[in-house]
Amino acid sequence: MAGVPLLLTTALVWLPALLSVVLSFASWPGIGGVENIHWVGLQNYRNILTIYPPFQPAVEHNLIWLVVFFCVPAPVGLFLATQLDKQMRGSRLYQSVLFLPVVLSLALIGFMTELIFSPTQGLLNNLTGHARGSSVVDWLGDPHLNIWAVLLMACWRQTGYVMIMYLAGLKSVDPSLKEAAALDGAGGRQTFRHVVWPALRPINVVVLVITVIESLRAFDIVYVINRGTNGLELLSVLVTDNIVGEASRIGFGSALATILLVISMAFVIPYLFSTFRKEERG
Amino acid sequence: MSGTLTARRIALHVFLGLTCLVWIAPLLYAFYTALRPYQDTQRLGYVSVGGHYGLGNFTDAWSQAQLPQYFLNSVLITVPALVLTLLLAGMVAFVVSRYTFRINVALLMVFTAGNLLPQQALITPLYKLYQLVPLPLWLSDSGKLDDSFLGLVLVHVAFQTGFCAFVLSNYMKTIPGELGEAALMDGASAWRQYWQIIMPLCRPVLAALATLEFTWIYNDFFWATVLMQTGSKRPITAALNNLTGEFFVNNNLISAAALIVAVPTLVVFFALQKQFVSGLTLGANKG
Repeated sequence: MAGVPLLLTTALVWLPALLSVVLSFASWPGIGGVENIHWVGLQNYRNILTIYPPFQPAVEHNLIWLVVFFCVPAPVGLFLATQLDKQMRGSRLYQSVLFLPVVLSLALIGFMTELIFSPTQGLLNNLTGHARGSSVVDWLGDPHLNIWAVLLMACWRQTGYVMIMYLAGLKSVDPSLKEAAALDGAGGRQTFRHVVWPALRPINVVVLVITVIESLRAFDIVYVINRGTNGLELLSVLVTDNIVGEASRIGFGSALATILLVISMAFVIPYLFSTFRKEERG
Repeated sequence: MSGTLTARRIALHVFLGLTCLVWIAPLLYAFYTALRPYQDTQRLGYVSVGGHYGLGNFTDAWSQAQLPQYFLNSVLITVPALVLTLLLAGMVAFVVSRYTFRINVALLMVFTAGNLLPQQALITPLYKLYQLVPLPLWLSDSGKLDDSFLGLVLVHVAFQTGFCAFVLSNYMKTIPGELGEAALMDGASAWRQYWQIIMPLCRPVLAALATLEFTWIYNDFFWATVLMQTGSKRPITAALNNLTGEFFVNNNLISAAALIVAVPTLVVFFALQKQFVSGLTLGANKG
């Protein structure tokens, strides 16, 4: 019974993942059959590291994305979740609003980014008086600024995602534990540190994984804005650029994909082992 | 004591209220822009008050940008992908949770890990593979898996089965094993156990997963952009990208189109919020 789905996942997920690694050692223009493949060893990797200008900025941007996702949506999401967990009237409404961006597609958020950050017509410059003359701030055109504008919008969505995870985690904390801590004279902060935080451990692991994975997968917003160029380069965009379009470079694209694959597996594998080991015990 | 408590509550309400206002501001602004004609915003600037307000941009976007056709494309991709994903994930979960094979954990790991890979890490060979696999012409105009609805459906199913199988198997493990054994005594086959006993019991989880998967598949941009070259066959989220090329100065029309595109997910969100949230957290809690 599990045969059909296994076949499908193997054929369309794991086989391509494996082939990414194999083809990364090849040169294949993508035209013609398999007989046009030349094996070139580590040449693709060498080229990526030495003569491929967008690679370094892409790695830097992916790293910035990761660091920002760790420093902003993760703690802010946790903070909002603890505030919403205080059982007050209207918290369902607040929760809905804060969670709303999660259901919007990232492509759509890309359009909204343009609406807000456009230099002369955008909301931000007009509100702050930077829409005219020499004071114009070109949020999306300036390669030093645009990544931050995009990240602000990406965080907008990611925070709600993290918040809902933590909210679920907080709801599962045994209330009698909190009461016991309060009876023992523990303040709010102490209770959080010694009672709530340890109970959130499994959620922390999930948040860690989605933070890493979502920052490696980042693609839609930058692709909508300028196809991931001029300050918005990302590894995911470079992979895509090398296979679509006329000059498809399968081997080169695969080498970039392999780099992405290796980074993500470094997080996915430990996560899976910790998850499923618990499962076997339970 | 109670005085400071109320003061704290009020402060919290003010804080959360303001945060929510900031949170929803981008959406409200997009809506405001969509309500105004292009000519007025040209004259007065986008960040201004005055001129006409109306739903003209929404009707224009609907008719000029061929939104109905793109919606149909999205339906043709999302619905089969959703049904197949849940059905197949249910089978995987059934096997993993009701039988004790040594390889069960490994099997589940293969599926779950697949769902966690970045799509871009697989796309290069997948794209080549799609161009090599032939399909009958009634299934695909290109004669290949590439550029076909079936191709997109299959990749969604392959990718999303992992998450659903993980969540479903966790739930199925909580169903007492005696239930299946009793059915076995009565001579029910594995298929009947799956279809008539276990799956109906999973209805709440299936509802949660369906809600979640609907938004994920509907919102997909990457697979559709790469694996569907014919613009008119793209689902609506990816098709929006073509629209900006066509109407790129008319932000009012684009805002309206973007908001129309968001309607299905917003409706699902508001109608099935509980399912939506529980779907996300079912996956998380067990992790």
